[in-house]
Amino acid sequence: MTLEAGGSLKTGSGTGTSSLGSLFKALNSGTTTSRQIVESCLNAIDKRDGSIGAFLHIDRERALQAAEASDLRRSTGEVRGPLDGLPISIKDAICEAGQPATCASRILKGYVSPYSATVIDRLNAAGAIPLGRVNLDEFAMGSSSENSAYQLTHNPWDLTRTPGGSSSGSAASVAARMVPGSLGSDTGGSIRQPASLCGVVGLKPTYGRVSRYGLVAFASSLEQIGPFSLDVFGAAALLQTIAGHDPHDSTCVNTPTEDYLQTLDTPLTDLRIGVPKEYFGEGLDPEVQKIVEEALAVYASRGAKLIPVELPHSKYSVATYYIIAPSEASSNLARFDGIHYGYRSPNFADLESLYAASRGEGFGSEVKRRIMLGTYALSAGYADKYYVKALQIRRLIRQDFDAAFQQCDVIAGPVTPTPAFKLGELADDPLAMYLSDIYTIAANLAGIPAISIPAGWTASGLPVGLQLQGPVFTESRLLRAARMLEIDRPWIDRLPPVAGG
Amino acid sequence: MKYDVIIGLEVHAQLQTRTKIFCGCATDFTPDAPNIRTCPVCLGLPGALPVLNKRAFEMAVKAAMGLRCQIAHFTKWDRKQYFYPDLPKGYQISQYDLPFSHSGLMEIPADPEVAGAEGLTRKVRIIRAHLEDDAGKNVHDESGRGSESQVDLNRAGTPLVEIVTEPDLRSPKEARMLLEEIRLLLLYLGVSDCNMQEGNLRCDANINLHLHHDSGITTKTPIVEIKNLNSFRFLEQACEYEVSRQLKTYGHLEEIADRTKRTFGYDPQRGVTIEQRSKEEAADYRYFPDPDLVPVIVTADQIQLWQADLPERPQDRRQRYQTQLGLSPYDAGVIIEQGRAFADFFEQIVTHGAEPKQASNWITQEIQRILNERKCSIGEFPVSAELVGTILKKVSDKQLTLKAAREALDALVSYSEENTVSHETLEKVIQERGLAIVQNDELLLNIIQQVIQKNPKPVADYLGGKQAAAGSLLGQVMREARGADPQLVKSLVTKALDALKSGNS
Repeated sequence: MTLEAGGSLKTGSGTGTSSLGSLFKALNSGTTTSRQIVESCLNAIDKRDGSIGAFLHIDRERALQAAEASDLRRSTGEVRGPLDGLPISIKDAICEAGQPATCASRILKGYVSPYSATVIDRLNAAGAIPLGRVNLDEFAMGSSSENSAYQLTHNPWDLTRTPGGSSSGSAASVAARMVPGSLGSDTGGSIRQPASLCGVVGLKPTYGRVSRYGLVAFASSLEQIGPFSLDVFGAAALLQTIAGHDPHDSTCVNTPTEDYLQTLDTPLTDLRIGVPKEYFGEGLDPEVQKIVEEALAVYASRGAKLIPVELPHSKYSVATYYIIAPSEASSNLARFDGIHYGYRSPNFADLESLYAASRGEGFGSEVKRRIMLGTYALSAGYADKYYVKALQIRRLIRQDFDAAFQQCDVIAGPVTPTPAFKLGELADDPLAMYLSDIYTIAANLAGIPAISIPAGWTASGLPVGLQLQGPVFTESRLLRAARMLEIDRPWIDRLPPVAGG
Repeated sequence: MKYDVIIGLEVHAQLQTRTKIFCGCATDFTPDAPNIRTCPVCLGLPGALPVLNKRAFEMAVKAAMGLRCQIAHFTKWDRKQYFYPDLPKGYQISQYDLPFSHSGLMEIPADPEVAGAEGLTRKVRIIRAHLEDDAGKNVHDESGRGSESQVDLNRAGTPLVEIVTEPDLRSPKEARMLLEEIRLLLLYLGVSDCNMQEGNLRCDANINLHLHHDSGITTKTPIVEIKNLNSFRFLEQACEYEVSRQLKTYGHLEEIADRTKRTFGYDPQRGVTIEQRSKEEAADYRYFPDPDLVPVIVTADQIQLWQADLPERPQDRRQRYQTQLGLSPYDAGVIIEQGRAFADFFEQIVTHGAEPKQASNWITQEIQRILNERKCSIGEFPVSAELVGTILKKVSDKQLTLKAAREALDALVSYSEENTVSHETLEKVIQERGLAIVQNDELLLNIIQQVIQKNPKPVADYLGGKQAAAGSLLGQVMREARGADPQLVKSLVTKALDALKSGNS
């Protein structure tokens, strides 16, 4: 296994953390310890998070204890795998026993989960160290961090800009070199879009590849938990750790996972890359287009064939998504009722006003907007017109991909139409905000895996990602393809200003 | 004016699985403390997901097969959404348009009070049976001091099968009889304990009237759904009250403009139905497929296996007892009503040689009497069905009189208090107490001769034409020959006296 060793490794100060791959190597060679790594992460957080705003909660003691336990294991030769001793930040919608899980919502302020998500159990079992809960758009609804009830997260490459969302803190914490990896969730692009805007690797697995048990549900049929990492190795190692059947999640399929790390460094030969014309049309920033096309040229120079494909129904993706996702959300968020846990308004006279006031005061405006949209779409007399119709179009979108994958192995394109926009720029324009997910949403509707990898930087220094999508359960293929670009155009040495770049 | 009563039922029965329908929590609530049988799933905590309990599905299928429903090859789960404190997820997981079963049939004797129905069988079509999770319980302050209401979620997530009938019932009595028959069925199938006090079996009744006015016009009254009836009596009473209320309210109207369905509750203390929800508040449950659960695919082979495994329905047993064992409908009914263990015991008695009618009499009289005295169930009856059968076989084989058999059973029962009873015990009891019928005619004839010699007066009286005088002779012979068959004794005594008579003449 050749490990990407990019990224300087200084503990305690300077650039903060490095990639999971190089840390793994450094731990193995004994040049550092888990404790040193965790300390350097905590230092970087102390230094930078004041300006980034990624973390909502950090349990330092627990992380340091876990690091020491890992170092002890390593000293006795009981290393649990490539992530043993490495700190990972966790989106605040993934439950960890004894930790807050606010979903960046006022309605869950002070809520502490009594149980852990399956992915957390698996991280722990692999010796990885959950280090802090990171910000998101409230209940994963949003693309900018601006919907968080608690704080804004800033893009490490330009603090006036959004890191993207909804996994804002995941992307920003990794990009700012505060942690080498993170777990986020992707319902319509919530991993890939912030990964792209922050210049890190982000992967949305096939629907059913990773257990959703313990992920606070926004839109159950669309979302998956997935990794953020500075390097492709880290994404592969994280996926390896969290993927696989879970008896607690009926939608988590019981097909064997591949060994994503084993094949990672073997380039794909005769790769056929589908390039949908729909992804290069109106609304695409020319600079983004150029960077994406240059990345495709790299693949072509490596022997890949670029094949034009069609995804004729992709233009309906956003509309379809904004029926299905809010419909499910309106139901999933019914449990936040002010009765059982979370925020209860003091302003009530009877049961109904208790519900109305608690939810009215507890939820932010985007969440309320989507609950109302979804409630409407599922109402008697409208469900056939909206919800059922949207399910039909979802099938057509899926069929588009099936047809396209007859001709190609992966589909490539931009992740977002523009580089990171300014915080506040779209805050009052929900429709424009929704359109920032225009290229990512279809993968959720189709249930296919997709990855965002850094493809380049704009003239003003903003990262731009390349998206690769594959047929279901081809995560291994996507990671290998991503690794090809990483080998050719290593990105890890480029540091954001906040990390000394 | 004539009118028809139209009733359909929605029956909810809790399935007696060991664990809840979508999580691993136990379904028993003892020790009885609130919220002790809960986990992230049934508490509806953020992030928790349901996973179907296969056993609950199989039990529900069993119930549906008992109701003679068709089992669907594809079924899915839907969310029924409403806000209520006892509903932690904000929705109930139920089945909307593709229930796991449909198109069943139940039969009960028609209510003879319904015009033209005497002696007929009422066929009640089952629209569907579907599976869902139960809610918890709201616990309100009953003191009137207005302290906080509390929620107990022990029951939340227990599997419920909901059975929906067509409005094929024609009287409150039929409604009660159907619910009784469904209860019996579920008990026989072993899928629910049907404990109505605990709310494990409850029922909503949909009821309206078709009024046939003298003018020839027929008017239909608005359908009223009476919610949450938790006893047979309340079901019948609530329906009766509702019939009279609807008659009073609408009886004089040949036209009813507003026929919106309304929801009522029943107040058993006052014996009246009370409107609960007006149409303005009519719920829109916004059903949609639960994305957290996968559809269930059932193969034809699986259905066949389940079908083969299905216990006999009480209705079929009742029929079999009549046709095959020759019991009267009444006797068959009495045995079936006592439950499956009771009926099984009866059948075992028959299997071990008892004559069915005799067995029926015994189990409903002798054994029932002992059960009542000892306040125990048939499962705790100290004498095995095999032994009871053996005792009764001795009766039909003329080895024991009925009276002696009773004595033997009583002896075995009291003997059982300190010992185990076996065939040897039975033989011992018969021997020690001299219960066996004296079969030896010669011995009997000797006794008769002695009695005749010792009692010249009654003999003379008899010979003189006083038939009744034979009675005292018979009594003496019976006393001397303990356990003799009285019929036999009577014929032998009569023969002996008649012989004297002809000798004298």
